[in-house]
Amino acid sequence: MEIHQITIQAGIDKLGNTERLPDLQINKGEIYGIVGPTGSGKSQLIADIEQLAQGDTASKRKILINGEIPSHELRSDPRKKMVAQLSQNMNFFADMPVADFLKLHAKCRGKKNIDVKHVISIANTLTGEPINASDNLTILSGGQTRALMVADVAIISESPIVLIDEIENAGIKKHEALQLLSGEGKIILVVTHDPVLALSAQKRIIMKNGCMRDIIESTYREKQISLQLNDIDQYILTLREDVRAGKKIEEVNFDALLHESSFLKCL
Amino acid sequence: MKFIIVAGTPGAGKTAVLVHTLKILLQQNVKPSVVKIDCLYSDDPKRFAKLGVPVQLGLSMDMCPDHFSIYNTDAILEFAKEQNSEFLIMETAGLCHRCAPYTNNSLGVCVIDATSGPNNPMKVGPFLSCADIVVITKGDMISQAEREIFRECILETNPNCSIIEANGLSGQGASELALQIRSTEKLVSENESLRHNAPFAVCTLCAGEKRVGAEHHRGLLRKMNGMQEYVGE
Repeated sequence: MEIHQITIQAGIDKLGNTERLPDLQINKGEIYGIVGPTGSGKSQLIADIEQLAQGDTASKRKILINGEIPSHELRSDPRKKMVAQLSQNMNFFADMPVADFLKLHAKCRGKKNIDVKHVISIANTLTGEPINASDNLTILSGGQTRALMVADVAIISESPIVLIDEIENAGIKKHEALQLLSGEGKIILVVTHDPVLALSAQKRIIMKNGCMRDIIESTYREKQISLQLNDIDQYILTLREDVRAGKKIEEVNFDALLHESSFLKCL
Repeated sequence: MKFIIVAGTPGAGKTAVLVHTLKILLQQNVKPSVVKIDCLYSDDPKRFAKLGVPVQLGLSMDMCPDHFSIYNTDAILEFAKEQNSEFLIMETAGLCHRCAPYTNNSLGVCVIDATSGPNNPMKVGPFLSCADIVVITKGDMISQAEREIFRECILETNPNCSIIEANGLSGQGASELALQIRSTEKLVSENESLRHNAPFAVCTLCAGEKRVGAEHHRGLLRKMNGMQEYVGE
């Protein structure tokens, strides 16, 4: 089954009032940011999409696939699932080695030709200290856990709808992680507090008090600013890697940074 | 009368899920009675009573709570009859989970905590493998991958159950559970029996012996090497 559109049918806010926005249609290939204060219902919104809610969650939203109510199987059977979700969770509860976990998950998703070593090597491109196949899941650090979750979502849960919750939080390489999770022709929703990520999305949903308040389409100007912020961000990330590697930072050249930015090159 | 038996690991969220489910049933003009079986103490009857449903509490004290609820089934059903309830919901606090409190004509609901790890469904035994409905709670605390693995492990233990992913805080899943409770066609009979036998429990510990070690015990006993024998007269 090919997905060309999902519809989010309005639910209720935390006080029980009807969500102000009308039904929202998201088409194949679109990337949406989801922004708003903590507690405003961002994670609930993507949880609704993950479960293909039918008025049975706290928000009472309904999610349609290609304009239709999804079947019970699509909602529950992981082999038929069309949604991959990277949640905010920073630890695993399963007491088993990394390789066994990945094999078990591949089995659940009905994926036969998964190379566990490849998944782990992808995870290791995102994190500092490498993860080993024989490591127990519960001993992994927050960053290692997150990196493994990203690789697992990107390869084993590979799906036409991708939900990403605060990828910037775990100290992993967020740009690389985002690139791994994205792909041509997917529907992607990214919950974020990070202006670099929020402005780089085509549209962003503004959340408040548990409901969708507004949709903002990013302007040409915002896209330029996003590129400029991206350069600053990359610079900070190289500083981060230097600090992590035990180097001393002698000097930071802010002027050069601003002058060399893509933003000015655009002008 | 329809008899719904809810069992589950301690702290899994049985009461929280039930409170949300009862609210929905009450909105739909279903008036159930609730019986709560616990060991030493329980505040839960107050939470149920707040909803306006008739509640009875049974404390098993020295007796195993599952054995207690099985032994008292007649009295529990009688209580619900006096209330003219069509539905009786019993929540038990089973401890070792080698018993399954479900009778053959009840609707057996097992509530299990997703954070307990994917090996747990294999460990917990008949209260999961004999259930009609398995309610998974706390799924929001684990990753999507772990949720999917947990679900798979439950289906390996109980391939025919219906799984509901619920959240005791937000009430997610409660409407599905309410629907399944309402639409159950099973009616409790005069001659209910258990779906699964309880573990052998005829031993000196049941009679209050406190000393540990083989020399102090009689009854049907099983050794570490798997040998089972009757010791006694």
